[in-house]
Amino acid sequence: MTDIPLAHVLILSSLLFTIGFVGVLVRKNTLFMLMSLEVMLNAVGVAFIGAGSVWQEADGQIMFILILTLAAAEVAVGLALLIRMQRRFRTLDIDVLSKMKG
Amino acid sequence: MDLLASLPVYPLISFLVLICFGKRLSWKLASGLSVGSMGLSAFCSLLLVAQLSKNEVNVISSHLWQWFSVGNAQVNVSFYLDALSAVMILVVSGVGFLIHLFAAIYMKNDENFTRFMAYMNLFIVAMLVLVLADNLVLLYLGWEGVGLCSFLLIGFWYQEKNNVLAARKAFIVTRIGDTAMAIGLFLLFKSLSSLNIVEINQLAQTSGEFSLSLAKNEASDAYWAALLLLGGAVGKSAQLPLQTWLPDAMAGPTPVSALIHAATMVTAGVYLIARMNGVFIMAPEVMTYVAWLGAITLLLAGIAALAQTDIKRVLAYSTMSQIGYMMLALGAGAWSAGIFHLMTHAFFKALLFLTAGAVILALHHQQNLFKMGGLLRKLPFESALFLIGLSCLVALPGTSGFFSKEEIIANLWSSPTAGASLWWCAILGALLTSIYSCRLFFLAFLGKQRFPKELVISEHLETSNLLRGSLAILALLSLSGGMFSFDLSTVFPASNESYLSPGWLHAVAIITPFIGIAFSWFYFKNYRSNNITLLEESQSSWIVFCRNGLGFDVIYQLIFVKPYCAIAQLNRRDLFDQVIMLSAWYIGIWRDILSASQNGNIRWYAATLGFSLLGLILVVIL
Repeated sequence: MTDIPLAHVLILSSLLFTIGFVGVLVRKNTLFMLMSLEVMLNAVGVAFIGAGSVWQEADGQIMFILILTLAAAEVAVGLALLIRMQRRFRTLDIDVLSKMKG
Repeated sequence: MDLLASLPVYPLISFLVLICFGKRLSWKLASGLSVGSMGLSAFCSLLLVAQLSKNEVNVISSHLWQWFSVGNAQVNVSFYLDALSAVMILVVSGVGFLIHLFAAIYMKNDENFTRFMAYMNLFIVAMLVLVLADNLVLLYLGWEGVGLCSFLLIGFWYQEKNNVLAARKAFIVTRIGDTAMAIGLFLLFKSLSSLNIVEINQLAQTSGEFSLSLAKNEASDAYWAALLLLGGAVGKSAQLPLQTWLPDAMAGPTPVSALIHAATMVTAGVYLIARMNGVFIMAPEVMTYVAWLGAITLLLAGIAALAQTDIKRVLAYSTMSQIGYMMLALGAGAWSAGIFHLMTHAFFKALLFLTAGAVILALHHQQNLFKMGGLLRKLPFESALFLIGLSCLVALPGTSGFFSKEEIIANLWSSPTAGASLWWCAILGALLTSIYSCRLFFLAFLGKQRFPKELVISEHLETSNLLRGSLAILALLSLSGGMFSFDLSTVFPASNESYLSPGWLHAVAIITPFIGIAFSWFYFKNYRSNNITLLEESQSSWIVFCRNGLGFDVIYQLIFVKPYCAIAQLNRRDLFDQVIMLSAWYIGIWRDILSASQNGNIRWYAATLGFSLLGLILVVIL
C-alpha cells in the first residue's frame, strides 16, 4: 500500500470543500445547493479518513460513518422540503424564499 | 420632648393633617386646627421667653439629632434660643397667630381654604426653623422653606396669569440672593471650618486670618463673606437691587401680604445680618454698604409709594422703606434698634395690611385708592385701626414706631460706619413716609365716597368679632409696642459710643413727621375735600415712572430678561443636546447597516457565515 501524504489528502479535501461552498453560494437552484452541501460533507469525510489512516486509528472511519448517516438524514429532510417548495411556489429558486428580513 | 423643640412641631402637624385630609375637613375643624396649633406655638414661645427672662440664663438650646457631618464639622438639627431669636419667635408666632385668626375668617369662602391654611402653617414652621437654627445650614433650610411658601402663597390663586407671574418673579429674584448666600456659607465654612452660628461669630473675632487680607489690595475673607451674606439678605428683604419682586407679590391674598411680605419673611434678611453680627463687625466697609443700601432703598421706596394707586402696593413700598430703616440701623451698628424696629414694624404693618384686607373685602375687592374715599363714615372701626397703624408708621410720638425709629435715627449721626449724610437720608425718609401715609389716608378714608352706593359691606366681616378682636389686639400691640423693653446686650457687642451728636437732632427727628402731615394737609387738599366726586389718576410721565417702581423693572427686563430670552431663542436646538445626539446618530447608522444585512436571503446568510468563520480562523492563526 503506497502511502499518500496527509498534505495531499488535505489539499483534496479543502478543494472539494471550497467547490461545495462556492456551489452553495452561487447556485440558485435549491437542488443544486443540496448537492453542493453533500460535496462539502464528503470533503470533511475525506479529511477524516486521511487523518485516520495516517495515525492508524479507527476513529476517522467511525466519524465518516457518522457523517454518512447524517448526510442521508439531511438529504431525506432536504428533499422533502424541496418537494413542498416545488408544490407551493412552483419553482426551486431559493431567492424566492426571502420574506423573513429585518 | 422639650418646649423649644416642640415649637415648630405644632404647625407642622397641622400642616400635614391639612394637606393630607384637607378636603374632608369642615371649615370649623380646619381653621380650629391651624389657628389652634398657632396659638399653642405662640403660648409656648411666651413660656420660653418667660423662662429666658426669669432664670437668668442667656441661652436655651435643644439638640435633636445629627443631620450630617462634613469633615470635623457636624451639622445638627438643634435649636438655639437667645434674646435675639426670642424676639423673633415672639413676633413670628404671636403676630402669626393673629394673622392666622384673621385669615381663617378672611378666606372662609375660598374653595381651597384648607390648602391656604396648610401653606400658612408650613410657612410658620419654616420661619421658626430659620429663626431658631443653631447652624447656618439649618437656617438655610428654613430660609428656602419660607421662600417656597412665599412662592406658593403669592400664586395661591393660580388661575390668574398675573398671580403666577408674580410668584415666579418673587421666586427667581430671591433665588439670586439665596445663591449669593449659599456661596457665603461655603466661604465661611472654608475659612472658619465651622457652621455653628455662635462659633462663627466668636471665631470671626478671634481668628486673625479671617479678617486680615493676604495681599495689600485684596479683600479679606470677612469682607467677601459679609458681602455674600448681604446679598442673601438683600434678596429676601427686598432691598436694592433685588427689590422688584415685593410690590408684585401683593398679588397674593391679603393675609399672606401681612404675614409673609410685611411682618415676618421679609425681615429674615435683617435677622440674618443681626445674627451674623460677628462677621459683619469684622468688615466695616460692608457695614457701610448695608447702611447705604438701606438708606437708598428707603428713599426710593418712599418716592415710589407716593405715586401708587393700589392700596396694597402703597403698603408694599412702605414695607420696603421700613426695612430700609432696619438695614440702616444694622449698618450703623445699632443692632438692637434695628431689631426693635423689626418688632414694632411687624405689629403695625400687620395691622395695616389686615385692615386694608378688611377694607378691600368690604368693597368687594376694590383695591384702587381713587375708587375709595369717605370710608371713615362707612367703616369707622376699620378706619380707626388704620389710623392707628398709620400713626405708628409715621412715628407720631407715643406710638411704637416712634420709639423704634427715634432710636435708629439717634444712633446714626455718631456711628462710625454711618454718619451725618445717612442721618439726613433717614430724616428725608421719615418726611416721605408721613407724606405718603397722609395721601393714603386722605384718598381712602376722607373725601367723598367714590364707589357705587349699592356695594354692600360683606356680611361676615360685619359680624365676626374674632376678626375684629385680632385686629384690635394688633392695634393695641402697635400702640404699646414701644413699652416692651428687651435686653439684647447678651447677643450684640456693646456699642461704646457716647452720644456726641448736636442737641437739635432729636428735635428735628420729632418734628419731621408733623411737617410732612402739614404739607400733605395742604398739598393733597383735593383728596380730602368733600366736594370733588371724581379724582383722576395723574398720568404725567414722572408719576407713571414712579408708579412703576422707578424703572427698575424696565432696566432688568432690558439687561437680563431680554438677552436671556434671546440666547434661549438662539439656542433653541440645544447645542449640547446636538453633541449628545451625535452618539445616537452613530448608533442609528449601525442599526441601518445591520438591518440591511438581514435581507432574508439564505445564500447571503451562508456566505456571511462562511466568510466570517474564515476570517475568525485567520485571526486565530495569524
